[in-house]
Amino acid sequence: MSGDRTIPVLALACLLLLVAAALAPQWLVFLLALALAKGLVVLGLVLLMRAGLVSFGQGLYFGLGAYAAALLANRGGLDDAALMIVAGTGCAAALAAILGLLLARYREIFFAMLSLAFSMILYGALVKSSALGSTDGFNLHAREFAGFALAGGTERRLFFAASVVLVFGLVWLLHRYLASHWGRLSVAIRDNELRVEYLGASVYRVVYANYVAAGALAGMGGAFAALAVGHVDPETAYWTTSGEFVFIAILGGTGNVLAPFLSAAIFEGLRTVANQYAPNVWQMSLGLAMLAIIMFLPGGLWTLVRRRSAA
Amino acid sequence: MSDLLAVLFDGVVYSSWLFLMAAGLTLIYGVMKILNIAHGSLYALGAYTAATIGGAWLAAGHPPIGSYAMLALAAVLVGVVMGPLLERGLLKWMYGRDEVVLLLVTYAAFLILEDAIKLVWGVESKLLPEPYALPGNFQIGELDFPVYNLILIAVAIVTGVVLAWALHRTRQGKLLLAVIHDREISAALGINVSRVYLVTFSVGAALAALGGALAAPAIAVSPGIGVEVIVLSFAVVVVGGLGSLGGAALGALLVGVVRSLAVRYWPEAELFTIYFVMALVLIARPRGLFSAPEARRI
Repeated sequence: MSGDRTIPVLALACLLLLVAAALAPQWLVFLLALALAKGLVVLGLVLLMRAGLVSFGQGLYFGLGAYAAALLANRGGLDDAALMIVAGTGCAAALAAILGLLLARYREIFFAMLSLAFSMILYGALVKSSALGSTDGFNLHAREFAGFALAGGTERRLFFAASVVLVFGLVWLLHRYLASHWGRLSVAIRDNELRVEYLGASVYRVVYANYVAAGALAGMGGAFAALAVGHVDPETAYWTTSGEFVFIAILGGTGNVLAPFLSAAIFEGLRTVANQYAPNVWQMSLGLAMLAIIMFLPGGLWTLVRRRSAA
Repeated sequence: MSDLLAVLFDGVVYSSWLFLMAAGLTLIYGVMKILNIAHGSLYALGAYTAATIGGAWLAAGHPPIGSYAMLALAAVLVGVVMGPLLERGLLKWMYGRDEVVLLLVTYAAFLILEDAIKLVWGVESKLLPEPYALPGNFQIGELDFPVYNLILIAVAIVTGVVLAWALHRTRQGKLLLAVIHDREISAALGINVSRVYLVTFSVGAALAALGGALAAPAIAVSPGIGVEVIVLSFAVVVVGGLGSLGGAALGALLVGVVRSLAVRYWPEAELFTIYFVMALVLIARPRGLFSAPEARRI
C-alpha cells in the first residue's frame, strides 16, 4: 500500500481535535462531539456498504446505545461516562449478535427492509412506554469519566478530548481491519458473492462480523451522542435518523475510514448554518446534494481527497 | 360482540386507506423494481392539493357534494404532474443501477419534496372537514360511525377491482405483465418499455395522492404527514409480497386489522405490532406471504 497516508493524517486529525478540545468555543466542541458520535455510526454503516449492504435501520443500535447509556445514569444511578459508553456499546453489540444471525442471510432491498422493521419495533416500543418518557424522552447527566470527576464548565471539553482519543484508537483498528484479509473480502462480496463462496471463503461469516461490528459502533455512537446532547428521545430510533446516517455515508463514500468523520463534520456544520439561516430548505439541499453525489461522485466526497493526493 | 365488530370495522377502514397507498407502491416496485420512498411525499401532495382545491371549491359557494370530485381531481392532478416529473426528470437517468441506489434516489426525492411542500403551503395546518361531515353517521351497536368511512372502503374496493381488471383483462395490462416478467425480451418484442414505466409511475403516484386526498378530510393536513405513511406502506407491501396486487390487499387487511385490535385491546403496542408483523413475515417468507419464491440468479 504505497501512498497510503491514512495513519499520519489520522494522527494529525487527532492532534488538531485535541487542541480544539482545549481551545475551541463551546458551540464548536459540541458540534464536533456530535459529528464524532455520528461518524462512528456511519463508520459502521460503511463496513456494511463495503459488502454492498445498505441498512435503513442503524437507528435501532443508535437508539439502543443512547437509551442504555441514559438509563444507566438516570435509573441505575451510575453516572460515569465511560461506563455508560461501555453499556451502550455492549447492549448494541449483543443485540446485533442475535439479529445478525438472521440479517446476514439477507441482501439488497430485503436487508434494508428487515433492518428498518427492527428499528421501527424499537421506536414503536419507546414511543408508547410512558415509563421512559414516551415521545419526550428524558435527560441524563454524567459526573465522572472513568473515575475522574468532570468539573462543571470544562466537563464537555474533557469528555470530548477523551472521546477523541478513544475514537481515533478505534478508527486505527478498523483501518487495519479493512486492509486485512477479512476486510478485503467485504469488497469482493459486493462484487461477486458466489465467486467468493467458490473460492472457499464464508460470505455469511464476513457479513455477520461486519454486521455485529456495525451494530456495536452504532451503539457506541448513540451513547456518545446521548452524552453530548444530554438527552435521549425515541427519534434516535426512527427511520429518518437511520436515513440521515445513510445520507452521511453516501456523502463521504466508503473509500476510507476517515471519510465518515469528514462527512459527518460537514453535515453537522451545514446543519448548524442551515438552522440559523434557512431552516425551510435544509432537507431540500440535502436531497439535492445526495442526487449530485449519486450522479457525479459515486465514491463520495472522499474521491475528491484521493484525486488531490494522487495528483 | 358489537365491540369486536366495531373494532373490525375500524380495521377494515384503516386497511382500505392502507391499500390505496400500498397498491401504488407495489405496482411501481413490480414493474420498475423501485421501492419508492417518495411515495409518502406524493401522499402528502395529494392531501395538500385536495385541501386546497376542495377548500377553494367550497369557498366559491359551489354545492358541497362536488368536493368529492375535487378529492379525485387532486389525485389525478398529482399523478399527471408529479408522475412524469419524477420519472422523466429523475428516475429515468438512474435505470440500470442497483435497487439500493434507486432507493437512495427516491429518498433524495423525498427530502426535496418535503421542503418543497413547506415552501408552497407553509407550515400551518390545512383543514377540509366538510366532505367528512357531509354524509352524516350510521350506527354499529351503540357506536356512531361516519358514513365517509364507507365511501373510503368502497373506493378502495373499486380501485382494487379496476386495477386487477386493467392488469389482467386489457391489452395494455397484459403488455405491462410482460414487462414485469422480462423487461429486455419485452423491449425486443417491440413493447414501448419506457412508456410503460412512465404510465406505471404516474398511476402509482396518483394512487398515493388518492390515499392522501381521501385522508385529507379526516386529518389536519400538516408538514410531516408523509413521513409516517412511508414506513407503514412499506410494512404493508412487504407483508403481502413486493410487486403483488393481491398481496397488497391482504397485507393491508392484515396490518389494518392487527393495528385496530391492538389499539382496542393493547394500546401501548399499536406501532410495535405493525412492525413486529412486518419483521416476522420478512423472517419467515422474505418475499412476502403471497408470492412464489424467486429462482436464484447467477
